[in-house]
Amino acid sequence: MTPLIEVQNVTKKFGGLTANSDVSFDVQEGEILSVIGPNGAGKSTLFKMISSFLTTTSGEVRYKGERISNLKPHIVARKGVVRTFQETTIFKSMTVRESVVVAQHLRAKASLAGYFWSSMTAKKDIKDFGDYADELIEFLGMTHIANEQASNLPQGNLRALGIAIGLATDPKVLLLDEPFAGMNHDETMRMVDLVKKVRDERNVTVLLVEHDMPAVMKISDRIVVLNFGEKIAEGTPLEIQNDARVIEAYLGSEDDEIGI
Amino acid sequence: MNSFTKAQILGVVVFLAVVFVGVPLMISATGRSDLYFTLTSVGLLAIASAGVWLTFYIGRINIGQGAFALLGAYVSAILVTKAGVSFWISLPLAGLGAAIFAVLIGLPILRLRGVYFAMVTLVLTQVVTLTALALPITNGAKGITSIPLPSELSVFGLVLIPDFATLENPRAAFYYTTAILMVLTFAAMYRLVNSRLGHLCRSMQQNEELASSIGVDITYIRLLIFAISSFLGGVGGAMFGSIAQSVYPSSFQVADSVNFMLNCFLGGLGYVFGPMLGTLVLYFGWDLLFEFGKYQMLIYSSLLIVLMLVLPNGLLSLRLPQKGENKK
Repeated sequence: MTPLIEVQNVTKKFGGLTANSDVSFDVQEGEILSVIGPNGAGKSTLFKMISSFLTTTSGEVRYKGERISNLKPHIVARKGVVRTFQETTIFKSMTVRESVVVAQHLRAKASLAGYFWSSMTAKKDIKDFGDYADELIEFLGMTHIANEQASNLPQGNLRALGIAIGLATDPKVLLLDEPFAGMNHDETMRMVDLVKKVRDERNVTVLLVEHDMPAVMKISDRIVVLNFGEKIAEGTPLEIQNDARVIEAYLGSEDDEIGI
Repeated sequence: MNSFTKAQILGVVVFLAVVFVGVPLMISATGRSDLYFTLTSVGLLAIASAGVWLTFYIGRINIGQGAFALLGAYVSAILVTKAGVSFWISLPLAGLGAAIFAVLIGLPILRLRGVYFAMVTLVLTQVVTLTALALPITNGAKGITSIPLPSELSVFGLVLIPDFATLENPRAAFYYTTAILMVLTFAAMYRLVNSRLGHLCRSMQQNEELASSIGVDITYIRLLIFAISSFLGGVGGAMFGSIAQSVYPSSFQVADSVNFMLNCFLGGLGYVFGPMLGTLVLYFGWDLLFEFGKYQMLIYSSLLIVLMLVLPNGLLSLRLPQKGENKK
């Protein structure tokens, strides 16, 4: 089976600093793959390069065999690879429902002019957006807060809103940026279930960057470990837990971070 | 989606009646035909301000509308005086010229945000003024004078608009033209803001990165909005040139650009019809304070500061519910 996403020898340098050096791995269709590593390991940089928010210095990222690195973010999103952000990046003065409706931009069939003149296609789109928004909001269990303004939501809901916005684009691959950061145990477990539900019921492949170890161990099919910008290990959660280099990388910094 | 409430329809009808019937009746009753000129100015400034408001809507502070108004005025004046083009054809071309200039200049500067974009646009007005002073085609500091009044517009022998020079009262004719343009502008703005493009603008205003992550081509939308904004500035400027029958490099200055922005602030950035009300209040407010002589500026500025402190969302937030962008 050919992989859905191929990260091939990706390197990123900021001046003299090397954030990622020759990182390669594949993401298979339908799996949940986590990229982990101590602080400053280059996880976020890698994440941004996959979604074309940053350019690569060398190497490339492919999706279904097509290059998706060094493009524009909206073009990558159009192909079906959509990233989410951490909780502060939302449409603050929109309600949950409005956000999800706006985020269906890629599903639009009518042109912008069509919406201006209110063409038949545009009318159909608008109804379709509303229906799909309601369905998605229910799927994510947010019906009770659908008409709340995003800026009034507590942190846990914001994370779910971010996923809702991402899902509204009908992605094939969802890139989640630290979906469990700052959450307590219960919230994390609920989010783990939600992400699994998204993968199982929406047929979305999930690539996530995270440092909450217990959650990562629970959620991932496979894990890629970065340290100082280099890939030091790749495998199932069990393999990673017993990998000498991973333990060393983590024990070298903070031993309680592993938490296993 | 766009079903209007009874109050909204009533508001529009009352507004149109006042503009097209009430004002002319009042002016002929009081004999103050100079008000035609004043109200025409307000209407044109409101059109240009509407453009500035639109750039606010994608989260950009635009203090450069004077540049586009001046450009539009020159394009129209040159076309009419040197190429003998009818004013009615030069008017959309003036808007188009300003829009094309906006796209060229927007490509590099629209990447900037916040105060950086504002500063570049502030300089833009000065740049266009200096360019007009230097170029031979704009006739330098002497400007372009004796621009003929708008000529007849006819389609297949059917006279749509008579030659303004043959009219008894060209001021009234300019007033009606401006009123029609203003109504069209704000109707289009209302539609734009409530259509998908408006929603995308809002998403960009709130978070450009998130907007691009959901597949919005933010560069394209920014350019499109800036072009529409400048089109309105160009059309407004061209009308001004035609009314004054002259264009000088000083016709639109940095102060005008600042005023366009203040009109939007005063009316309310959250309301489509904010720039219209803001322009009206600011224009007449300044005139009303005339009798205070040398203290005019002091009182005017203090009042503006107080207004912005008390009503940060603009004058329209007084009457309208927080979220409704209804017609006043």
